[in-house]
Amino acid sequence: MGGGSSRIYRGNGVKLMLPSWLIIGSFLLLPVMMMAVYSFLTKEFRGGVIWEFSLAAYDQFFFDRGLFGDEPPKLEWTYIGIFWRSIWQAGLATIACLLIGFPTAWFIATRDPKSRSIWLFLVTIPYWVNLLIRTVSMKFLIRDTGPLNEFLMASGIISEPLGLINTNFAVQLGLFYSYLPFMVLPIYAAVERYDFALSEAAADLYAGTWTILRLVILPVVKPGIIAGCILVFVPSLGAFLAPDLLGGAKTFMIGSLIEEQFKGSAGNWPFGAAASMILLTIVMCVLLVYARSQNKGEAR
Amino acid sequence: MAAKLDLRRFPGFLAITILCLVVLYAPLAVVAVYSFNASTSITNWGGTSLTWYVDVFTGPEAPKFQKAALNSFVIAVCAASIATIIATAAAVAMTRAGRFRGKTLGFALINLPLMVPEVVTAVASLVFFSAIGFTTGLMTILVAHTVFCIPFAYLPIAARMQSIPDQYEQAAMDLYATPSEAFRLVLLPLMTPGVLSGFLLAFIISLDDFLITNFVKGAGIETLPTAIFGSVKQGIKPNIMAISTLMLGVSVVFVSLSWLIGRMGQDKKQAS
Amino acid sequence: MKKLLASTAVALLSLTAAAQAEGKLSIYHWFEYIPQTLLDKFAAEYDVEVTMDTFDSNEALLASLKAGKLGSYDVAVPGDYMVKIMNGEGMLDTFEPSELSNFGNIEKQWVDVAFDSGRKSSIPYQWGSTSYSVNRDVYTGPIDSLSVIFDPPAELKGKINVLDTAGETLTLASLYLGIPQCSADREQLKELNALVQKAKADWASFGSDVAKDVLVSGDAAAGMIWSGFSAKARAEGANIEYAFPKEGYIVWMDNVVLLKDAPNRDNALKFMNFLLEPENAAAVTNYAQYTAGVTGTAEFLDPEVANSPESNPPAGPKGAFVEACSEDVQVLYDAIWTNLKK
Repeated sequence: MGGGSSRIYRGNGVKLMLPSWLIIGSFLLLPVMMMAVYSFLTKEFRGGVIWEFSLAAYDQFFFDRGLFGDEPPKLEWTYIGIFWRSIWQAGLATIACLLIGFPTAWFIATRDPKSRSIWLFLVTIPYWVNLLIRTVSMKFLIRDTGPLNEFLMASGIISEPLGLINTNFAVQLGLFYSYLPFMVLPIYAAVERYDFALSEAAADLYAGTWTILRLVILPVVKPGIIAGCILVFVPSLGAFLAPDLLGGAKTFMIGSLIEEQFKGSAGNWPFGAAASMILLTIVMCVLLVYARSQNKGEAR
Repeated sequence: MAAKLDLRRFPGFLAITILCLVVLYAPLAVVAVYSFNASTSITNWGGTSLTWYVDVFTGPEAPKFQKAALNSFVIAVCAASIATIIATAAAVAMTRAGRFRGKTLGFALINLPLMVPEVVTAVASLVFFSAIGFTTGLMTILVAHTVFCIPFAYLPIAARMQSIPDQYEQAAMDLYATPSEAFRLVLLPLMTPGVLSGFLLAFIISLDDFLITNFVKGAGIETLPTAIFGSVKQGIKPNIMAISTLMLGVSVVFVSLSWLIGRMGQDKKQAS
Repeated sequence: MKKLLASTAVALLSLTAAAQAEGKLSIYHWFEYIPQTLLDKFAAEYDVEVTMDTFDSNEALLASLKAGKLGSYDVAVPGDYMVKIMNGEGMLDTFEPSELSNFGNIEKQWVDVAFDSGRKSSIPYQWGSTSYSVNRDVYTGPIDSLSVIFDPPAELKGKINVLDTAGETLTLASLYLGIPQCSADREQLKELNALVQKAKADWASFGSDVAKDVLVSGDAAAGMIWSGFSAKARAEGANIEYAFPKEGYIVWMDNVVLLKDAPNRDNALKFMNFLLEPENAAAVTNYAQYTAGVTGTAEFLDPEVANSPESNPPAGPKGAFVEACSEDVQVLYDAIWTNLKK
C-alpha cells in the first residue's frame, strides 16, 4: 500500500479535491438533497409534490395497512423483498464478474507490455456499442428460436431449446455482460503494477503458492478488486435493462420500482424519492465502512 | 517445489480469458452477420446485401443518426477528459495528501454519482436545472455526464495509485525535482495505466447513457442512445445492426491506429 | 488539451444558442410513430426546421413535462385519457377551429370527444385498439374471449406476454370480469387482484415495446398487443390472429395537442393543419397501421392496410376507452399492480 503520505501533497488535499467537490456538489448533491426533501413532502396526484410535510412515503415503505389501508399496520415485506432480491441479483453478478474478470485481468496484466493494450482493448471494444443494443442482441442470441439454440439443436447436442430467456440466469448473464469491464479494468490497473520479483523472492524463501497469494499479492491487488466490485455491484443494483429485456420484467427490481414511481401510472414522487434515499443509505453505509477501514489501514 | 512457480502463467487463465471474449463478442458477431441481411425482418435470411449500410448513409433518417453520433462522440470525449482530470486530482489527494478535513465525506461525495439510482439522478437533475434556469441543451448533457463519469474515472486511478509506493517521488524530490516535475515525470507515467482505464471507463459510460441524457437533453438534441432507443426496444432492426457494426469497425480502426502510433513512438525511442 | 476543451465547450454553447432561431418546430412524439419522410415533407413545404423527441408511454410524457420540459416543445401526442389529464394540469393551449383550415376534415365522431369536447386543444392523430393476438401455429382454438390471456388453455400456459402498463392490463382484466373501470368496490377489487395473481403464473413476460417482437420471434405464443403492432407482426411473418373478445376490448385515440408556452405556436398550428390533410394522415396510417380520424384518406391508403383485420373490428364486441380514475381509486389499482409485480 502507499504507506506514508508524500510530503509533496500534504496540506493540499482540500485544494486537489475541490474541483470534484464543486462539480458533484452543485450538480448532483444539491439535486439529490432536493430529492431528500421531496421524500418528506406530500405527493401530488400524477407526479409532483405538494409542499406539506408528510411521512407517508416512508410509512408506505415500511408498513402494510392492507389493500384498503384500514387494517392495523404490520411490517411491509413487499418493498423489502424487492430490495433484497435486487441486492441478491447484483451480488451474484458481482461474484460472476469477479470469478471471470479476475483471471482475465490477471492474464492481460501479465502479457508483455506491447500486447497488453491489445488485450485490454479487445475487452473494451464491445462497449463501444450501446448497452441497449448489446442487451437486445444477447436476447436475440439466446432466445428459444435464436442462433445459439438453433446451432446446438442442429449439431445434435440438445434436442429441445435451452429455455434461457425470461429466467434469472438470463438476467445474471445480462448483468455480467453489461458490467464485466468495470471489473477487469481496475483489477488490471492494480495487477499491472505488481512486481513479480516479489513473489519470486517469496517463493525462494519457501513460501507456498497460497501464502504468496494471500500475503504478497492480495494486498497489492485488493484495491483493484474492491474498486471493481463497487463498480459492478452498484450499477447492477439499479439496472433495469437486463431484468426487463432478458428476465421478462415479471418482478420489480429497485431500478424499475423507482422508475415506476416517476414515470409510471403511480406518479408517486415522494415514494420514489424515499425508496431512493433508503437505497442511497444502504450503499453509503457500505462505502463508509470501506473508507473507514482504509483510513485505519493508513494510520497503522 | 518441483517446478519454479510462475504466477504469470496460471493454467486456465488463458481459457477463461478466451471464454470471456467469446461471451463478449458472440452477440455482436450475430449482429454483424445479420447487418448484411437483405430482408427487413431479422428472423428471415433474405440473402447477403449492403442495403442497410447504404441506408445508414443515404436513408431518410441518415442525417439524424449522423448528428446524433457526432453529439455522442463529442460529449463522451469532453466529459471523459474533464472527469479524468478531476478524478486524477482527487485520487492524488486521497492517496497522497495524508489526512485532511472532510476526507471520508469527500470520498463518499466522489462516489455519490454511483450510488444514486440513475432515474433519480435523471429526474432530480431535470427538476434542478429547470429550477435554476439552466436551459437544457448540449451543455446540460455535458455537465450531467461529467458528474457521473467522475467515479468511474476515479476508482481505477485510485486503485492504481494505492499500489504505487511514494518512495519514487520522495527520491525525485531528494534529487531536487520540483513538485510539478515529481508529478509529471515520476508519478504520472507510473499511474498512466490507471488513468487510461479510468478514461476508457468514463468514455464508455458516457457513450452508453440513455436515461439521464434523455431527461436533461434539450428538445431536439439527440445522442446516439436516445436516437435509437425507442426503435431498438421494439426489436432490433437491420439498420441499427449496421450502425452498431460500423461503430465496432470505427473503434477497431481507432484502436489499431493508436497502437501503431504508440509502437512507432516506442521504436523511435529505442532507436535513438 | 485545456485549450481544446475550452474551444469545444464554446462550440457546444454556441450550438445550444443557435437552437433558439426562428422557423422551428419541436415535436414530442411516441417513438416509431411518424415516418421521417413526412417530417421532411413538412419541413420542405413550410421552410421550418423540425426536431422531434420521443417518449415511450403516456405517463413518461406527463412526467417529463411536469419535471420541467413544458415550454420546450410545441406539440405532443398524448393518448385520450392523457389529453384530459394534461388539460387538468394546465399543460395545454387552446386554438379556434378557424385557425386550422382543415379542421372540417376531422371525422364527425371525433370532434365532440369526452376528453376534449369540441377539440379546443387537440386534433385526432390515429386511433386503434388494444386486445391480444395468438400464434395460430401453437393454438387453434377459439379466441373470442379474454380468457385466453387470463385463464389460458394448456397450449398457451407459460407462453403469454402481457403489456407492462398497469392501465391497459388491469383494464382488460376488469373487462374480463365484467366489473366497471375505476371501481372502488371492495369485493370487485379483491376479485381483480385474485384474477391477475392467479393468471401471472401462466405469463412468460411483461413488456410493451417488445409486444411485437416476442410474437414475431416466437418467445411468446400469445400476447396483449395494440392493433397496428399486431398487423406489423403479421407483416413480418408471424402467423398470428388478432382477437376482438366478446367481453370487450380497449379503444384508444392518440391526439396531437398544442402545448402551453409553445415556443413556435404558429408552426405548431401549421403542423396540425398539415396532419389533417387526408394525404398526410394516410401516410401516417400506412406507416403505423392504425386508423386516422380524418375524412378522405381512403384513396391514399395501401389496400392491405385499409383492409387489415386489426383495423376493421367486427360488429358485436364493444370497445371501451380507458378511464382516468380519481386519486383515491387510482391508489388501489397501483397497489394491485405493485402486488402483482412484487
